[in-house]
Formats: sequence, C-alpha cells, structure tokens
Amino acid sequence: MIVMNKQQIVRIAKILVFIAALAPFLGYLAALYNDALGANPIETIQRASGDWAMRLLWATLAITPLRKLTGEPALLKFRRMLGLYAFFYASVHLIIYLWLDQFFSWPDIIADIIERPFITVGFFSFLILAPLAATSTRGMMRRLKRRWGQLHKGVYGAAIAAELHFWWMKASKSDVSEPLIYLLILALLLGFRFFPWLSGKLKRSGLTSGAMDMVHP
Amino acid sequence: MLIKRIKYNQPKPSEITPESIYRQRRKIMGAAAVAGLGMIGGWSLQSALARVALDSGKLGKSALSTDEAPTDLDDITHYNNFYELGTRKSDPARHADELITDPWSITVSGHCEKPGKLTLEDFLKGQDLEERIYRLRCVEGWSMVIPWVGFPLSKALARFQPTARAKYVAFETLHDPKHLHGQRRKILDWPYSEGLRMDEAMHPLTIFAVGLYGKVLPNQNGAPIRLVVPWKYGFKSIKSIVDIRFVERQPPTTWNKLASDEYGFYSNVNPEVPHPRWSQRRERRIGEFRKRKTLKFNGYAEEVASLYRGMDLKKYF
Repeated sequence: MIVMNKQQIVRIAKILVFIAALAPFLGYLAALYNDALGANPIETIQRASGDWAMRLLWATLAITPLRKLTGEPALLKFRRMLGLYAFFYASVHLIIYLWLDQFFSWPDIIADIIERPFITVGFFSFLILAPLAATSTRGMMRRLKRRWGQLHKGVYGAAIAAELHFWWMKASKSDVSEPLIYLLILALLLGFRFFPWLSGKLKRSGLTSGAMDMVHP
Repeated sequence: MLIKRIKYNQPKPSEITPESIYRQRRKIMGAAAVAGLGMIGGWSLQSALARVALDSGKLGKSALSTDEAPTDLDDITHYNNFYELGTRKSDPARHADELITDPWSITVSGHCEKPGKLTLEDFLKGQDLEERIYRLRCVEGWSMVIPWVGFPLSKALARFQPTARAKYVAFETLHDPKHLHGQRRKILDWPYSEGLRMDEAMHPLTIFAVGLYGKVLPNQNGAPIRLVVPWKYGFKSIKSIVDIRFVERQPPTTWNKLASDEYGFYSNVNPEVPHPRWSQRRERRIGEFRKRKTLKFNGYAEEVASLYRGMDLKKYF
C-alpha cells in the first residue's frame, strides 16, 4: 500500500516537474508573440534560454547530493527529465545563435567558434551534452553497461564549460555577480562528489549501481 | 514588433506615412515637444528646447543628420547601458530618479584661458540647439538611430579658450554613490571617465546632447548633458557630465583601464577589428530582424577618416 502511494506521488510529481520545466519556454514564447520582450527580443530569448539550460543542468546535478542527504531514492526518477530539459534549453540557445545571431553563415560561425574562447567553451558544453541526451534511454543504459556511467560523468565537464561560457560573457561587461552565484552552487554540487567530507557524515548508501556511482572511491 | 514584422510583413512607418506628412515630421515632433516639455533641467534648457522645437520645422534637415528612420522612443529610453543606474539594460529606466539633475554644474579646468565652474544654465547660454539624427553603434553589437537635440562640442569648448598645450579633452560623469546605486558597487572605477583627442572633440559631428526626440534628455539617456560621438562605439559618448579637463596627454578612460585589450582609447566603429569576445562585422539595428553589416566609422568615414590618416587602426583600435 505504501509502495503504491509513493509510486502515485512520484507520477504526479513527475508531471508537475515536467510542466514547471516547460513553463519558461512557453512563457517566453507567449511574451515574444505579444511583443513583451523589450527592445531586443532576440537577445532576451538568447539570454533566457542559456539561463534555463544552466539552471536545469544545475538541478540535474543536485539530484545525487539531495538523494544522499535525504536518503530518498525516488529523487533519481527526476534526473533524466531534468537533464533532457537542460539539453532542450541548450539546443534552443544554440539554434538561436546559429539562426538569429549568425543567420547560418557557416564561415562566420566556424571562425567564431575557433577564435572566441567564450563561444568555444559554450559549443564544447553542447557537444558533451548531445551524446548524453542521445544515450539517456533505458535501452542505451543497459547496452552500455559500465561505460554508460563513465560517459555520463561528462556532465561535470559540460557544467564547468557552461559556467566558463557564462563567466567570460559577463566578464567583458565587468559584472560577474550572476555567474558567481552559479559558480558557488556548482562548486557545492561538485564538491559533494569529489570531496566526500563535504557531505558530512553521510556514508555511501547501498543504492549504488554502476550508473549511479559516485566519482570518488 | 519583431513578431508582427515577420507575421504581417509590415512596412516601415516612413513607407506608409504620406510623403507630405513625413516631410513635416520634425515640425510635428516639435509641436509635441512644446506640449510635453519636462520640468527638469531649469528654465533656460526648457525654453531653449522649446525654441528649437518651434524652429526645427523651419530649420529643415541638418546636413549631418541621417535620413534613416529613428528608433522608437520607447526603445531608446528602455534599452540603456548606464551602469550608474544598474547593469541590466532595463535598469536605467527603472532607476532613472536616482539621478538628480537639478542643480547641475560643470567644472572646466586644465590647459585653457578661462577655466571655471558653471551652472548648466550658464554652460548652455548662447548655444543654438539643433536636431542631429545620428546612428549609434554599441560595442555589444546593436545599433539605433537617435534624433538628438544638442550643439557642437567645438562651440561649447571654444569659449574656455583651450591653449596649445590642450591635446586631449577628458570628461567625467557625476559621482554620487549616495543616490546612484550602481556606484556603490565597484563594478567600474568610478567616476566614469572618457576622453577625446582635441581634433576629434572639435569635429563638427561631435556634439553635446541635451535632448532627444525634441524633448529634454531623459535621465537614463544621460541627462542633463552628454557627449555624442557618432563614429565611435557608444561607451565613448559619456553621459551626465560634470567635469571637463583640457590635458596634454591621453587621459585614462574607464573601459580602457578595465580591459585595455578589449576597449581601446579610440574605439572607432570598425568591422575589421573584432572585439576579443565577438565579431564586429555585423550589428542588430533595434527593431529589425536581420542583422546589418557594420560600416567603418559607423558610416561616417567620409567625414572623419581623415582624422586617422596614417594611423594603424588595428593597433590604435
């Protein structure tokens, strides 16, 4: 009975999280339609899609520490959805760049990626996320076995690259207060993994499978 | 606006307005300005602006103005870089009342015969205001067309009689961290400072602006008086000026001090010199969907290229 209840709660919570993560996209779409995005609407959606990609990536990374802190295994059921949403917003971000910023001028795009470190790391972050999204299905998880876990540790690299991308973009405008907040949270999230003392007295729970293992031994 | 233009393929306002009315647009704007004059800036600025507003119909077009359609007033006044009032583009409009423009005085010093501290009224006395419709290109890759009201900087500076030792002129923005919340954070080295070479300052295109769209300059656009140098990136056009100094050596400027490899002293608009973090080849004109090609010296090459003859513009960017 208790197990049934929990399954229902998780199912409803998943629907709510799905809607909550989609809401910013729909909100900006509506605002764009109503001309409510200010003088430079393309810049506004460009920035917002990047913000939401990072927020959802950070939320994805928060699942494991939260699970360990609360001992609630059901949290893991949200990780894939959040991760895929992070990839969705990152894709929107990239498409806006390719289309509305560069108008598919490939020589300019290639030069931009090579010459400008802030674009390079942003693009790098996306390149890491893409195979993670592609291998997010249960079937791929089963097929890749141990290698799935290794592959998906790439998410740390993607997050660090995204953080650098945001930092360098803001640094040239001399205001890093926003990327600093992201950096502190990311440091905490990664700290949980790389420095076990950060997670206090929590011992490794018995929930490990290859895919869900912590990085530290 | 963006979506509407895609969806209904709207023509530009200048294309749907009958030619005869379009030709009178300055007169119409002038009438609107008289009706809507603000309360800031003291009586002399208001009356001076009212006079130019009344006259602008007769004045016709300044040879130095562009024919391009001006950007919406709402966009010009709600999409600003003015870190004293906050770092987001929407901040300056929201916090505009933090800038106290009355009373206002300007100190002029350095290598000149007649230095002094003048009230804004005295500073503006005797200056004939005129409309100048200029392109503005921001270093961030966007642009606008702005109908300023102002007067040539050369006329403002001449009365202080700069000496032969005055090779550059330096400007400073008001420093008032008590009211300007942005100045309470050490984002930039306050007060904001900028500078021009003397020949750049004396160029007929360079103006002091005190108004836009025929009205007193809104606070978020740099009230009560700001520099406008249309062939340079926008950050050179320093806002809310309280200090002017004639100097012999190239003065330190805020963004250049912060990142000299990104923001040069000259900062002439130049599509051939990329900013380290972005290309400067194209720009988004606010209100337009497609990007435009950025023009050398922001399209003012004919007027100003001779100022830089023989200079390596990649070195002196």
